[in-house]
Amino acid sequence: MDQILIEMQHISKRFPGVRALSDVPFTLHSGEIHALLGENGAGKSTLIKVLTGVEHRDEGTILLEGNPIDPRTPQEAQNLGISTVYQEVNLCPNLSVAENIFIGREMKKHGLIDWERSYEKSGTLLNMFNLDIDVTQKLSLYSVAIQQMVAIARAVDISAKVLILDEPTSSLSALEVQELFKIMRMLKDRGMGIIFVTHFLDQVYGISDSITVLRNGEYVGTYPTASLSRIQLVGKMIGKEYSEIDGRPVQFQQQKKDREIVLELKDASSDGIKGVSLSLQKGEVMGFGGLLGSGRSETARMLFAADPLTGGKLEIGGKPVHMKQTLDAIRRGIAFCPEDRKSDGIVGDLSIRENIILALQAKRGICKSISHAEADAIAREYIERLQIKTPGTDQLIKNLSGGNQQKVILARWLATNPSLLILDEPTRGIDVGTKAEIQKMVISLADGGMALVFISSEIDEMLRCCNRMTIMRDKQQVGELVGSEITEAAIMECIAGGLQ
Amino acid sequence: MKSIVRKLTKTQIFWPLVIFLGILALNGLISGGSFFRLQIVDGHLYGRIIDIFRNGSKLMLLALGMTMVLATGGTDISVGSVMAISGAVACTIIEGSLFPFANGSVVFAIAAAIFAGVLCGSWNGFLVSRIQMQPIVATMILLVAGRGIAQLICKGRIVTINSPPFYFINGGYILGLPFPVYIVVALSLLVLLVVRKTAFGLYVESVGCNGEASRYSGINSARIKFFIYILCGTLAAVAGLIESAGIKGADANNAGLMIELDAILAVAIGGSSLSGGRFSLLSSLVGALIIQSITTSILSLGIAPEVNLVVKAVVVIAICLAQSPVFQQSISAFRAKIKKQEVVA
Repeated sequence: MDQILIEMQHISKRFPGVRALSDVPFTLHSGEIHALLGENGAGKSTLIKVLTGVEHRDEGTILLEGNPIDPRTPQEAQNLGISTVYQEVNLCPNLSVAENIFIGREMKKHGLIDWERSYEKSGTLLNMFNLDIDVTQKLSLYSVAIQQMVAIARAVDISAKVLILDEPTSSLSALEVQELFKIMRMLKDRGMGIIFVTHFLDQVYGISDSITVLRNGEYVGTYPTASLSRIQLVGKMIGKEYSEIDGRPVQFQQQKKDREIVLELKDASSDGIKGVSLSLQKGEVMGFGGLLGSGRSETARMLFAADPLTGGKLEIGGKPVHMKQTLDAIRRGIAFCPEDRKSDGIVGDLSIRENIILALQAKRGICKSISHAEADAIAREYIERLQIKTPGTDQLIKNLSGGNQQKVILARWLATNPSLLILDEPTRGIDVGTKAEIQKMVISLADGGMALVFISSEIDEMLRCCNRMTIMRDKQQVGELVGSEITEAAIMECIAGGLQ
Repeated sequence: MKSIVRKLTKTQIFWPLVIFLGILALNGLISGGSFFRLQIVDGHLYGRIIDIFRNGSKLMLLALGMTMVLATGGTDISVGSVMAISGAVACTIIEGSLFPFANGSVVFAIAAAIFAGVLCGSWNGFLVSRIQMQPIVATMILLVAGRGIAQLICKGRIVTINSPPFYFINGGYILGLPFPVYIVVALSLLVLLVVRKTAFGLYVESVGCNGEASRYSGINSARIKFFIYILCGTLAAVAGLIESAGIKGADANNAGLMIELDAILAVAIGGSSLSGGRFSLLSSLVGALIIQSITTSILSLGIAPEVNLVVKAVVVIAICLAQSPVFQQSISAFRAKIKKQEVVA
């Protein structure tokens, strides 16, 4: 545990328009399981990519056992002894287990592949991991958990110094996670250094020796796991010290009584959530809190019929409704700004005008085409109202800045005149000015009688915008806060699962 | 004036149109003007130009459907086989070997052939939009099987028919112009109307550009795709009727052979992206005319038929190069370099 395996110093990496990492240090000892944590966009994956040669750093040095290294490709990093297992198993499911283990470095005899030896060696290797499976069978025959183990076995066999596990547990059951942890402990005892990236705090405390937290591309700190409480950890991840916020006055939001209920969930489940009950009311901004992967976005997707309801009830106006596709939700007055603006929001090669009228056109139906003149008028109205900076309505949306693209998407939904507007991370990757504009708009829309759902990783923003909050953890609802109960401390307690 | 010219050159149809007129002009020059000569025989117009439009009619119809399919990010390589099926159905009904109860009715034969096209299109659409098979694989099934189906319908023969009303589809004239020209104009107008007067065109472009975002905006992309493959199959069936009316029979082995590639090429030459998104039906029609005019000019210039394909390939390479943004950029970079050298010198 004393020997330093990897030492990264002053690592900086810039992408066009974004500083992904600035001056970040990272140290990994041998025989250590080191959790790397941070919210979305914190720079975890960039740091991993720099270490594994997928991206090249702009500045900084990397030392491996004291020697400077400069990996340019994952292969190079692998040859140096650094290998990675990703969330999605990146093996070939239609090849045999043995083929997968030795692909790219096949054992040969007289120029031909020596199958007998391959099978034998893969068998012994997997035995080490307590896996007794037929290595001649196709990999796809086995469960994701076993595939993951095979991926780890392959990684360890190739290079046994540093193992990076990038969210390996997302698709594993609790039992399988325990199996994985056993293997991680065994590798640790053999002196390997393991970097563990995950969103599950329970697992961090279950396995890791130390924790490094990143936030917005900056280094927050490295702490021994045993000395950092959950509440402190959550605070560091979202950028607030617990002590700092504890006594702070919180702005109180008036809770009006007897609001009209727009939509109600009763014990609703989908693939991403279990048993959520809540009611959304006119003139109210409901926040979905929780860490990434907690089920906050999944609840939103289910409300919009983007994910099917698998259990429970969804009621609109007191009557249970069954929505099969997003258009059903739109026709019932629900609007949804998805989290990933680029892949799920904008239609890049179409103009601003077309992007704005898209949902309205879908709502009206294919035959009631919106004329060019009407579309232009609608687009102009929203460009004016939301102050979208663009040379004209013909401009392609992909040429706009992120903030203006987001405003166009908002315009698309406002044009449908919704009674419920769901905003999933509407301010991510947006400059401060536009952020404030969007927050203001959220509040004024609620004042105008609309029901809103607001999701954000930034706790400040939630405090400013929400009258009511539902907190999610591990796909389940763990608390609801109303009005003055919404404080940073209360939210963090809920997220962390009680003070510990 | 200058700005109007600039605006004009920016439109998608500009360069295809220039290329088409260029090919015609070149032909006129080489032939000493005889290329443009139109003769009126029995009140019918004859001439090379008329040939291009008449012979290009099949490709134009296919290009119409193919443009829409490509705009959704798909492809349909089965159109040639659908042509063969359509011709086989029509001819065997007229001959009386298929559905003898119809008594060789030409109207019934045409309706049945078009219905066969709709069926083929629905099959493709089903595989692509419901089963979510990759379009090239999904339509490859019909590319291979379709020709087999056509051969089965013809019972392995080349079916020849004697039916002047059916011949009219290809050889007929109305007001001096060949009938296929009317078919192309009518169907193009119909498709244009549906695409631009309803929101269909917007949906297609949106789905082709970003399917996920379109779904979130309430567009049922599966249904859109399904309908488009039906449209493509139907237009291919009409092209198959023109083909078999031209050869006065059905040749299941050769009808529409390899024409799917020409149809895709026509869309590419027309400047619509093959990866989906923005499309221009008129540009694709001009693209089809360009391909046809190359074939016609090779024949009319008396170039040996065996070099036909090579000449065509060279011309196509030239056109595609001229439209490639990378090529255009490197040309302008090259120009700038020369200019710089001149200045230095």
